[in-house]
Amino acid sequence: MAQSNQPLADRMEPVAGSGTPIVIAPGHTFASVTDKISSIVLTQRTPVGYYIALLTAAGLAGLLLMSLSYLVVKGIGIWGNNIPVGWAFDITNFVWWIGIGHAGTLISAILLLLKQTWRTSINRFAEAMTLFAVACAGIFPLFHTGRPWLAYWLFPIPNTMSVWPQFRSPLIWDVFAVSTYATVSALFWYVGLVPDVATLRDRAQGKVAQRIYGMMSLGWRGSARHWHRYETAYLLLAGLSTPLVVSVHSVVSFDFSVSILPGWHTTIFPPYFVAGAIYSGFAMVLTLAIPMRVVYGLEDFITMRHLQNMAKVMLLTGLIVAYGYGVEAFMAWYGGNYYEGFMMLNRINGPYWPQYWALIFCNVIFPQLLWFKKIRMNVPMLFVISIVVNVGMWLERFVIIVLSLHRDFLPSSWGMFRPTFWDWSTYVGTIGLFLTLFFLFVRLLPAISIFEMRTIVPEAKVQEGHGH
Amino acid sequence: MAEFETATQLVAAATKTREAGYVDVDAYSPIPIEELHHAIGFPHTKLPLMVLIGGLLGGMGGFSLEYWVSAVAYPLNIGGKPLVSWPMFIPVTFECTILAASLTAVFGMLMLNKLPMPYHPVFNVPRFAMASRNRFFLCIEATDRQFDLDRTREFLTSLDGAHEVTAVAN
Repeated sequence: MAQSNQPLADRMEPVAGSGTPIVIAPGHTFASVTDKISSIVLTQRTPVGYYIALLTAAGLAGLLLMSLSYLVVKGIGIWGNNIPVGWAFDITNFVWWIGIGHAGTLISAILLLLKQTWRTSINRFAEAMTLFAVACAGIFPLFHTGRPWLAYWLFPIPNTMSVWPQFRSPLIWDVFAVSTYATVSALFWYVGLVPDVATLRDRAQGKVAQRIYGMMSLGWRGSARHWHRYETAYLLLAGLSTPLVVSVHSVVSFDFSVSILPGWHTTIFPPYFVAGAIYSGFAMVLTLAIPMRVVYGLEDFITMRHLQNMAKVMLLTGLIVAYGYGVEAFMAWYGGNYYEGFMMLNRINGPYWPQYWALIFCNVIFPQLLWFKKIRMNVPMLFVISIVVNVGMWLERFVIIVLSLHRDFLPSSWGMFRPTFWDWSTYVGTIGLFLTLFFLFVRLLPAISIFEMRTIVPEAKVQEGHGH
Repeated sequence: MAEFETATQLVAAATKTREAGYVDVDAYSPIPIEELHHAIGFPHTKLPLMVLIGGLLGGMGGFSLEYWVSAVAYPLNIGGKPLVSWPMFIPVTFECTILAASLTAVFGMLMLNKLPMPYHPVFNVPRFAMASRNRFFLCIEATDRQFDLDRTREFLTSLDGAHEVTAVAN
């Protein structure tokens, strides 16, 4: 087997005997890759189905606008939040969305550093997913303040009150972590887009499209010097994003674990949150990729290899998350703390037991199907599992936040949380906003990185002995 | 400017051009080619150093801000605990480091590349639009010491795989 001397990532052909599917279908060239991906954007025909999907999503985004407007008018009393459950859907959704974003950075940065060429077909839209997810996430803490127009108080800006933020608070760390994350993700995404937008500029037929893509491409012309600096910058950004993405969800977990509340006050939170974030993020990438590759006929580029690899990452991170649940339960018993023990029993057998057991089913039991190759090769089944994991990860945050808050130390301060219409409408609205942005992105920008796809085509290899 | 069909031809041609003594040379390709910047004799970029400095400045800036806010501008005495509780300052210091380093990486790259640059003479060649699809170009600039329109054209034509040699209007 000639390929066994090459690093794993360089194998474009199926490995003999093992039946591992390929990263890109055979027979593709620079021209065919370029034409195929750019034609999705540059085509004049937009199918009716696209408009229906976009309008549905935009309708839900409109619901978000309505919910937020009503919230600004009435205050956050329109939500079911109360004392003791001061954090509920808002923070649950915030953590859920931020977590979803993490897969995009993991794919674009960490897998780049690990030289996993299979990331190439999925990194662009996963990064877009990150950006849109972070945008949806940001809405929740902003509006949970109740007075979003005072959000600048969170930043260290000189003001007439001579008051400054408290840098010892994880909530301020969160502001810095999430805003840095949003900025760096946007930069990473845009830098990756520049050469592709230059391709669109050169291939667009319409004057307007040429102008817009021309401006966005910054006059990129593919010069060797530019490429060299570009590659350096891209690699550095990947190196910087890798610790960043780990830090973001760690900081989010500090919001909880630095407090003394049973169910929050635990040292397992940072790694368990990061694994959970990647778990939910890969689930969302699958949820988006599976319909996209069918609708746009991208099976040549997003192959079974990609779906399988993502399924394997989900299986692994899912097991880490399951370990986290196990440790939580074990420490509640082994720690000997009465309140911690009660917290665990309350999850299992308290008023919110259906949510807890649904969480265990969605995140721990059902995804074990991924052990079977038959299931990993079954696209509809993968889609179902990805949705189930998305639901499960949402439930996880709900369980952590609401179940810990509603029963604290003193029975006199116990309470219940029941979501109102506006809780649901705000949440569903952000899903609408996310999908709207995603539909627009798929139509207007190349959803797969064209120049990186060119680099994995066989003709990209410079033959040794000629050039040197 | 000469056009080539494969990356291998372009790298070979760029090496020959450098060996022939041309200095003001640039090559254009639809993909990053690692061998190419060596072939045209392009030295290492200063970008990593800039990013390191940017990151260090960001980190120091972030920490200084926290120090100044917590100990000088708005000191809060809570149970006599130290004002400069530096371990609590690390997350924000870290995020500021990453932020400044990333901004330096992107804007430093654009600045060194002199981008955005909407107009460049190479865009005057109609076939250059293929440089972002599947064709490779090698350009010897008129500012080069050895440049002579006829002799340079002859040289480019003689290169292996070269076709469509054109003079680029400024």
